[in-house]
Amino acid sequence: MLKVNRHVMPEQPAEVRRHNFEEVALGFDEDTAVEEAQRCLNCPKPRCVGGCPVNIYIPRFIHAVAERDFQEAIRIIKEKSSLPAVCGRVCPQEKQCEGQCVLGIKGQSVAIGALERFVADYAREHGFDETAQPPAEPKGKKVAIIGSGPTGLSCAGALRQKGYEVTIFEAFHIPGGVLMYGIPQFRLPKEIVQHEIDGLKKMGVHIETNMVIGRTFTIDELLHEEGYAAVYIGTGAGLPHFMHIEGEDLNGVYAANEFLTRVNLMKAYTFPQAATPVYAGKKVAVVGGGNVAMDAARTALRLGSEKVYIVYRRGEDELPARKEEVAHAKAEGVEFYVLNNPVRILGNDKGWVTGLECVKMELGEPDASGRRSPHVLEGSNHILPVDEVVMSIGQGANPLISDTTPHLEINRKGNIVATEDGATSIPGVFAGGDIVTGAATVISAMGAGKRAAEAIDAYLTKEGAHA
Amino acid sequence: MAKILSKTQVSPAVYELVVEAPLIARKCHPGQFVIVLSDPESERVPFTIADFDREAGHITMIIQEVGNTSRHICEDFGVGDELENIVGPLGRPSEMKKFGTVVCVGGGIGVAPVYPIARAYKELGNKVISIIGGRTKELVLWEDKMRAVSDELIVCTDDGSYGRKGFVTQPLQEMLEKGEQVDYVITIGPVVMMRNVARTTEPFHVYTAASLNTIMVDGTGMCGGCRVLVGGENKFACVDGPEFDAHKVDFANLMQRQQMYKTQESIEWGCGGDCKCLK
Ligand SMILES: Cc1cc2nc3c(=O)[nH]c(=O)nc-3n(C[C@H](O)[C@H](O)[C@H](O)COP(=O)(O)OP(=O)(O)OC[C@H]3O[C@@H](n4cnc5c(N)ncnc54)[C@H](O)[C@@H]3O)c2cc1C
Ligand SMILES: Cc1cc2nc3c(=O)[nH]c(=O)nc-3n(C[C@H](O)[C@H](O)[C@H](O)COP(=O)(O)OP(=O)(O)OC[C@H]3O[C@@H](n4cnc5c(N)ncnc54)[C@H](O)[C@@H]3O)c2cc1C
Ligand code: SF4
Ligand code: SF4
Ligand code: FES
Repeated sequence: MLKVNRHVMPEQPAEVRRHNFEEVALGFDEDTAVEEAQRCLNCPKPRCVGGCPVNIYIPRFIHAVAERDFQEAIRIIKEKSSLPAVCGRVCPQEKQCEGQCVLGIKGQSVAIGALERFVADYAREHGFDETAQPPAEPKGKKVAIIGSGPTGLSCAGALRQKGYEVTIFEAFHIPGGVLMYGIPQFRLPKEIVQHEIDGLKKMGVHIETNMVIGRTFTIDELLHEEGYAAVYIGTGAGLPHFMHIEGEDLNGVYAANEFLTRVNLMKAYTFPQAATPVYAGKKVAVVGGGNVAMDAARTALRLGSEKVYIVYRRGEDELPARKEEVAHAKAEGVEFYVLNNPVRILGNDKGWVTGLECVKMELGEPDASGRRSPHVLEGSNHILPVDEVVMSIGQGANPLISDTTPHLEINRKGNIVATEDGATSIPGVFAGGDIVTGAATVISAMGAGKRAAEAIDAYLTKEGAHA
Repeated sequence: MAKILSKTQVSPAVYELVVEAPLIARKCHPGQFVIVLSDPESERVPFTIADFDREAGHITMIIQEVGNTSRHICEDFGVGDELENIVGPLGRPSEMKKFGTVVCVGGGIGVAPVYPIARAYKELGNKVISIIGGRTKELVLWEDKMRAVSDELIVCTDDGSYGRKGFVTQPLQEMLEKGEQVDYVITIGPVVMMRNVARTTEPFHVYTAASLNTIMVDGTGMCGGCRVLVGGENKFACVDGPEFDAHKVDFANLMQRQQMYKTQESIEWGCGGDCKCLK
């Protein structure tokens, strides 16, 4: 059999794209997709399926692509995932499906993510991706979903299909969660997220924006006064962490959340056309090594910053971000300042950032877990001259709901304690996504929403039988 | 959508807006605020809930024109128009207790947000002494409303055009020096004024709460933009505040952080920063 190399995703040239907010990866055309699909061996015991957190039946959908039956392909994907256009773009495939693909052992894995994206885009553009069947017989019960990120959206869709009256309550004026305010346009066009939201609305899901649960309504009020039979909490990992080092309160220091929200949600990149400003320094240090840090760094480039550094305390191999994002960032000119840890932010007499003091780090022997932990190289303090610092060292749990919901069990870190199916310490109250797991991935949040929908259905059916 | 039910100019660049917001009116407590997005491409701006009517389902905001967005709301919106989005109530309510004697210090438009707090303290059986002020007579707000909820009301103007001449801190200082009973102080107004109130009460160890107006985006604790230094710790004004122990607040840092977008604002305003509009 003729060996065909994995097809390369076409992209905007790095020199061009670093100055615009258009999507970087352009997607396969139909013929490329079909050829790539033909590389799949259609394994009888497909390892890839086990690598996908929601177990999309990958060989079957890929086989359908090879046969040019895109309608069947999207149907197979949608059995398991409600957001394929999103996950095909943002999943860390090299750690999940593609990381398990048998072709990857000796050569290159099938481009599963790119194919998933192709199928979802094709279906959307040809108008046959309407979210499965119309709702079943009305169940006559209302369910409230809190938060409109991937977990809330998928839970809402699944419950609506089962015939429940579903209302999503979202704190922001625009639904979509991190998909709208965190992940930038150049990686995930907002029109795609909007299309998914419009699909839910067409199915009859109500979306109430500007509703801060814990303030506008409490969980208790939703259950006992507003007539909701169950609640699903999908409020995400909101609270940005800081390093608690000197100088974090200088002007020019951002949490990545604020920086990205100003740009993505409030469209600060079009300022002054959109009224929300954002500060773009000449030299920017982004502290952290995850997807959020890559997004912040690449956004800073696009805002016109001349030099952008990723400051990360471990080595390059340890960067937790998707491989593709690291490669993209590098090609665009982001400089990787690894094995460096910030200890202080310096400022001028007007209170603006002038530099980031770092210490050099060294990786020690692997510990019991196999991870090489970094140690400070004594006396290696030095200053990186920058005028903007973006902290993206992770997020914690927002306490708004746990503070206003007595008896809701949370763990030491403030995350809601829930079972695999989303059940919390309060009957009728379910939770999932980042608020339960801590910052994770879109696909795991989506999967949690779907599982919780099943559990909520079972709970309400049982409750109905007792009533 | 929030419909504007009435709009009144209360002083040269300050407007009172009553808007329809039944869910917010139902739940809000003194000390809380809302975030308004007037149009889709506008900026999210926080305003304190200066009054509310739970039955009628409306809230009152007092808005001062300081920059582009506040000016847009004040000048381009009229009765019957709708604000695109309004979210709330946000922030923690003021601590509500029977303290004994409470002094409420409001300066400039800060008088408006002090009003519902003073009223609630009065209803709880506190003795309420209010000190309100403005640069000049026409900038003194809501005198009658404040009088109605206070056991004693002192009005000050910087230029002496009305009431006592001088800053609001003077009568407060005198009270404390005379040894009058003061159990709790709440202050809302310009940052410099709040800092001075804090300095006045600190030697007398009277607990003083200040309501901080940081720059904000989401108002739910997600972005970290509203962080303030309180007792050396990072606090988020939108979820941990907006009221904090004034003796622990780093006011200099607050003032510095409010300047973050000065350059952009002057671009937006169209003057390039040459005129005095931002002063
Ligand atoms: C910049 C960035 C880049 C990322 N890149 C990737 C990536 O490449 N691949 C990947 O798989 N994952 C990525 N992630 C992680 C992924 O986005 C999250 O794991 C996922 O969005 C979590 O989904 P969620 O539904 O649990 O929460 P979120 O998406 O956070 O949504 C929560 C929603 O709840 C709302 N909310 C919060 N509190 C309340 C309240 N009290 N009342 C009402 N509404 C409320 C919020 O406004 C928000 O809309 C990234 C995250 C960020 C921030
Ligand atoms: C909790 C809270 C409650 C508030 N309550 C009220 C209120 O009841 N009435 C009212 O008129 N205003 C209130 N403010 C302030 C109001 O939000 C700002 O005046 C408004 O955001 C300015 O927006 P702008 O676009 O018009 O001005 P911009 O163009 O953004 O700013 C112009 C100048 O005003 C200053 N400024 C910017 N933001 C703030 C701010 N948040 N506070 C103080 N100064 C600022 C800066 O020095 C800036 O240079 C409150 C702020 C907070 C955080
Ligand atoms: S959802 Fe993500 S992990 Fe699963 S097959 Fe698609 S790209 Fe791979
Ligand atoms: S493991 Fe790879 S080759 Fe095998 S079915 Fe999955 S995608 Fe195809
Ligand atoms: S305004 Fe964003 S955290 Fe307070």
